[in-house]
Amino acid sequence: MIRFDAVSKKYPDGTVAVDELSLTAPSGQITVLVGPSGCGKTTSLRMVNRMIEPTSGTITIDDRDVTSVPATELRRGIGYVIQHAGLFPHRTVADNVATVPLLTGMSRREARARAVELLERVGLPAAFAKRYPAQLSGGQQQRVGVARALAADPPVMLMDEPFSAVDPVVRDQLQREFLRLQEELQKTILFVTHDIDEAIRLGDRIAVMAVGGRLAQLAAPAELLAMPADPFVADFVGRDRGYRALGFVSAEVAADPEPSVRLGSTVRAARGVADGDWVLVVDDAGAPQGWLDLARRDRDDDVVTPSMLNLGGTLAPAGGTLRQTLDSALSSPSGRGVVVDDEGRVVGSVRAAQVLEHVSEAMRPPTEAVAPPGGPA
Amino acid sequence: MISATGSAPWDLFGYFADHRAEVLRLLWYHVWLSVLPVVLGLALSVPLGYLSRRYRWVYPPVVSVTGLLYTIPSLALFLLLPTLLGTRILDPVNVVIALTVYTVALLVRVVADGLAAVPEDVTAAATAMGLTRFQRLRKVELPLAVPVIAAGLRVATVANVSLVAIAGTIGIPELGQLFVTGFQLSVNGPYYPPIVLGIVLCVALALVLDALIVLGTRLSTPWRQVEAAR
Repeated sequence: MIRFDAVSKKYPDGTVAVDELSLTAPSGQITVLVGPSGCGKTTSLRMVNRMIEPTSGTITIDDRDVTSVPATELRRGIGYVIQHAGLFPHRTVADNVATVPLLTGMSRREARARAVELLERVGLPAAFAKRYPAQLSGGQQQRVGVARALAADPPVMLMDEPFSAVDPVVRDQLQREFLRLQEELQKTILFVTHDIDEAIRLGDRIAVMAVGGRLAQLAAPAELLAMPADPFVADFVGRDRGYRALGFVSAEVAADPEPSVRLGSTVRAARGVADGDWVLVVDDAGAPQGWLDLARRDRDDDVVTPSMLNLGGTLAPAGGTLRQTLDSALSSPSGRGVVVDDEGRVVGSVRAAQVLEHVSEAMRPPTEAVAPPGGPA
Repeated sequence: MISATGSAPWDLFGYFADHRAEVLRLLWYHVWLSVLPVVLGLALSVPLGYLSRRYRWVYPPVVSVTGLLYTIPSLALFLLLPTLLGTRILDPVNVVIALTVYTVALLVRVVADGLAAVPEDVTAAATAMGLTRFQRLRKVELPLAVPVIAAGLRVATVANVSLVAIAGTIGIPELGQLFVTGFQLSVNGPYYPPIVLGIVLCVALALVLDALIVLGTRLSTPWRQVEAAR
């Protein structure tokens, strides 16, 4: 547990970076500090491992004042991940990961073995151990950064915009794996980001900070979206927060059977099963490949190929969140959202109106409707 | 010194054959007088460069004072130092000290700039992982500054090889004495062989030392080869 007790940071020129911050980051949970630039979130994070010393107030980790041990010793017990990973370019991946274990006196052999184990844990092949950071992509470097922070198995981790510098696809993947890893490891994590979507996706609790280092609201993601404490928070969490809140409500929307044809069938066969102009095309395993627009096909003898398909629709997992399910219906060219099972096979389809019925039911009593945090966003 | 060889510039080989032991002795002194100040200068520049990086107010005075030192003519410094230090006028120590001063003048700035060029996220990560200030300097900042420092070292070394030669005019044994000899023998028209031999040996020495630094840099920075290959 990390506890801030009336912590302030004022600079000699009068700038207040953090103003009387009191907050608790519970053990085994992810607490996200989110806010616009200049809100003091990184300053707050860096005061935990004393890279910045507060002007007043105390910070404790598991009830121990962080100033009660030498700074270097304190830091070796706290994992730290930053934007761009901050890997040592002159050291191999294995040596980067082994930094803290070697500092704390682990033997070289042991530290290397541990490094390889950690690389696999963050989803990198052991062969990467001998490479230099420059030989890795940004996303891979960030994984090494996480492995390095985990190397000494610290109970507490500080993460400063760790996923901000990678492209959206890689970020999504890193976030997903980070949540999976956290489920296993149950670290006490303080996570800084400026991205409210990331905060909502990752945080068990979210601390919204305003410019001037003031804590504006501390709440679980669903609560933050449902009940912003003040106009600043309401503005910061954004306009489509109603839609995003659906990401916290899972529901089994009854799917209608959806007729489909396999790739390689003729257009004629597709017309035979179609309900309207659009027909769903699947592969041999039954996984959706895209929608075929029969209105634009005039030769019935043509064979259905992937290049003919419209790929617009997103897929909703059966029993997924209302957001996923509604999005699948809204994004589908036929207006029917494709629902798939765990193996990715088509279960059926839903229309937006059916999802909205669930929405109005689920959202009626707002305080009860919000699901506990931690569900898929 | 009377030579049996001719006075044409290409007769340097003949001159070398006739004065082999003497020339090699001068070359050996020259090597020492070039290399030792670079080593001493580097040893002084690292802490000075680190201080001017760490305390911002140290940087401007250090850079301007060391820059000023470089404008003192070397010959003047060779002659001035015995008075200042109480050494004998022909003591090679004067040359070593003078050239160390020049090396420091060149390298302090290079070291400070090299350390400053280490990316901020890398130093922040090092601090956050619990490296002490000294560990950070030794294990992270200096290794990463090696390419920049080595570039400065090449300039300083080559400059030293030529500066050492000037000390020959005041009688300190090194390759510069070949120029003095050549000049003294130029009674009936110019006598080139020792002069050309001195130039050739100085250039060769500079090239060899430069190559050694390049090689050492490559060996100590395998990570850069990887980056360059990308």
